[in-house]
Amino acid sequence: MSAALGKDLVGLEQLTADQIRLILDTAEPFKEVSERPIKKVPALRGKTIVNLFFEASTRTRISFEFAEKRLSADTVNVAASGSSVQKGETLVDTAKNLEAMRIDMVVIRHPSSGAAQFLGDRIRSNVVNAGDGKHEHPTQALLDLLTIRDRHGTIAGLKVCLVGDVLHSRVARSNIWGLLKLGAEVGVCGPDTLVPRAIEELGVCRFRRIEEAIEWAQVLNVLRLQLERMEMGFIPSLREYYRVFGVTLDRLEKAPRPLTIMHPGPMNRGVEIDSRVADGPHSVILAQVTNGVAVRMAVLYLLAGGRPELADAAKRVGGTIGGTE
Amino acid sequence: MTRPVILRGGRVLDPSRGLDERADVLIQDGQIAAVGSGLGTPDGAEVRDVRDLVVAPGLVDLHVHLREPGNEDVETVATGARAAAAGGFAAICAMPNTDPVTDNQAAVGFIVRQSGRAGLARVYPIGAISVGEKGERLSEFGEMVGAGAVAVSDDGKPVVSSHLMRTALEYARTFEIPVADHCEEPTLAAGGVMHEGLVSTRLGLKGIPAAAEEIMVGRDILLAELTGGHVHLCHVSTRGSVELIRRARERGIRVTAEVTPHHLTLTDQACEAYDTHAKMNPPLREAADVAALRQALRDGVIDCIASDHAPHAYDAKEAAFDDAPFGIVGLETAFGVAHTELVLGGTLSLPQLIARMSSAPAAVFSLPPATLRPGAPADVVVLDVTTPWTVDPAAFLSKSRNTPFAGRTLTGRAVLTLVGGTIVHAAAVPPRR
Repeated sequence: MSAALGKDLVGLEQLTADQIRLILDTAEPFKEVSERPIKKVPALRGKTIVNLFFEASTRTRISFEFAEKRLSADTVNVAASGSSVQKGETLVDTAKNLEAMRIDMVVIRHPSSGAAQFLGDRIRSNVVNAGDGKHEHPTQALLDLLTIRDRHGTIAGLKVCLVGDVLHSRVARSNIWGLLKLGAEVGVCGPDTLVPRAIEELGVCRFRRIEEAIEWAQVLNVLRLQLERMEMGFIPSLREYYRVFGVTLDRLEKAPRPLTIMHPGPMNRGVEIDSRVADGPHSVILAQVTNGVAVRMAVLYLLAGGRPELADAAKRVGGTIGGTE
Repeated sequence: MTRPVILRGGRVLDPSRGLDERADVLIQDGQIAAVGSGLGTPDGAEVRDVRDLVVAPGLVDLHVHLREPGNEDVETVATGARAAAAGGFAAICAMPNTDPVTDNQAAVGFIVRQSGRAGLARVYPIGAISVGEKGERLSEFGEMVGAGAVAVSDDGKPVVSSHLMRTALEYARTFEIPVADHCEEPTLAAGGVMHEGLVSTRLGLKGIPAAAEEIMVGRDILLAELTGGHVHLCHVSTRGSVELIRRARERGIRVTAEVTPHHLTLTDQACEAYDTHAKMNPPLREAADVAALRQALRDGVIDCIASDHAPHAYDAKEAAFDDAPFGIVGLETAFGVAHTELVLGGTLSLPQLIARMSSAPAAVFSLPPATLRPGAPADVVVLDVTTPWTVDPAAFLSKSRNTPFAGRTLTGRAVLTLVGGTIVHAAAVPPRR
């Protein structure tokens, strides 16, 4: 149990600014671990972690798995297909069975909003939300925050705009909470079909034209447009979406300043983002991926009871990061 | 014949006659024999001292789900009628979304017989509007009414086809029964699990906008006007619906409406932390809706309170919010919640609340009047409106426990319920003060 973060990481809404900063600061020394020839520290040696993925995921699952392995944890991956889940087992039974195997942590991704909290409320193990429905994806927002901080030195006062399908996006919700708590100004931009009306009540600015968002923002976080949104009638066509809301080089060239370009992946090139923008000099999309491993190491380390100052000391002396108490 | 019962010295509240006075009530041969002060005690009568208590007509609930036939693990006619009696209800109306659907005279007759066997609260069946609640063709209203149905409804599902709703309203006129509708525009509500608003946006749950209900309320009012039929709007939940009903009634359209205790007292904030006990359809709305519903109930724009008692298996709500079923049990908390929040909260007087839970709903479905008039069947409730009690779902007589009011301290509870002169519920420990 960790006093620093509580038992679980369900979302950024529940965290304080200090807790978010603690995670980002703890991630700093872990960045270096991934740059070593032997990418391993013994911080979570002997801990068992289950990666419980009820939804397909490549990047997030691999990122968590690397984070766990680089902390020396023992990990098991459970995917929904072929598991007892597909055989009709309920989430509560899955939770009880995991508990019965005395595991230390569960990383869960689930299509239902609230699933991570549901699990966390029912088992003693630490639970990390790796994306629950349309609710939150806290580690994605944390890695976004770390990447913004790396690029701009600070987050407070920065203007960050989320572009695209905010309605269905857990990445958007986590980013909004994290950015607001750290003092950024937050914008959202997209058609009204994909941006819920009540979002403004959270304290964000609303843009209906991408040109206005680009003129306002210093950072654009371009959300993935799920291709099935077109079939569901939220937008008439991908072609028109790109024409009206696409983050293109032409539009960015008209901006008063260069904008930092982010994307949580996987990208639809030519739908929400121009390839030349994604591959351009202001894109930090791959830095986000790199930071993802460090941030997840920090979260797992802190939830397992690791002391932030140990991680920091390890960095200063270039030594190893020790076990948890 | 059961023993005569004399209820001595209670506050007798009979909204059917505007009566509110301290009096004795004598019940003999299944009927109210006399109401007055200093009544003599007939030989062999059971005397109950009900000073400090309220004596009122047995409560009436127009909207319950009893799950029999089809899901008897969760509730039966008998257990539902027992829970009703414990909640002070002498009569309840059972919705037809059973399995198989109560959409023919044999099925209606089955409910009537099960009710008779149970011998507790009276259970009046509601027949389905359409065969199998499929929304395609009309069920046999005439035969169902002959077997005991008091209304028709496809509750649980909206009547999607406006043509079907029109013909139902027209055809029902012959039998002088109301058509009760669950108002929900299905394409707007599709996939929704709670009210669409700030809370749903934060929780990342698909919302059901208020307009999904109001479109159908508006449609049903227009069709009632077109046909001259009587439409009854189930569990109204939005301030927009209230405005539509208010205007329709001003124009003399035959529209009646009910509201649940939970929509009168809870908002979508109850869904915080993904509490599945706050998942119901229609969903819990916003504070402004609650205020409008309370005002409408007080003004009589909404006729009555109905529980929408919806039992579910003990583990059904133990799921992610998206996967949990809609609905809560309500028979055993309806009066307590309404009394605590509305009477002690200052929205309604006690006589008004009693009217909205007895004489008014009975009138909406043209049931035998809820009254303490001598000569009427002795459906009577004795209510303790001063002693606080705490909701303990484990103590419910319903088979199900799914309530958002667990642990709440309420004031207002039935201590004695009589149906046709027979005591069908007596609180385990009579209050002594």
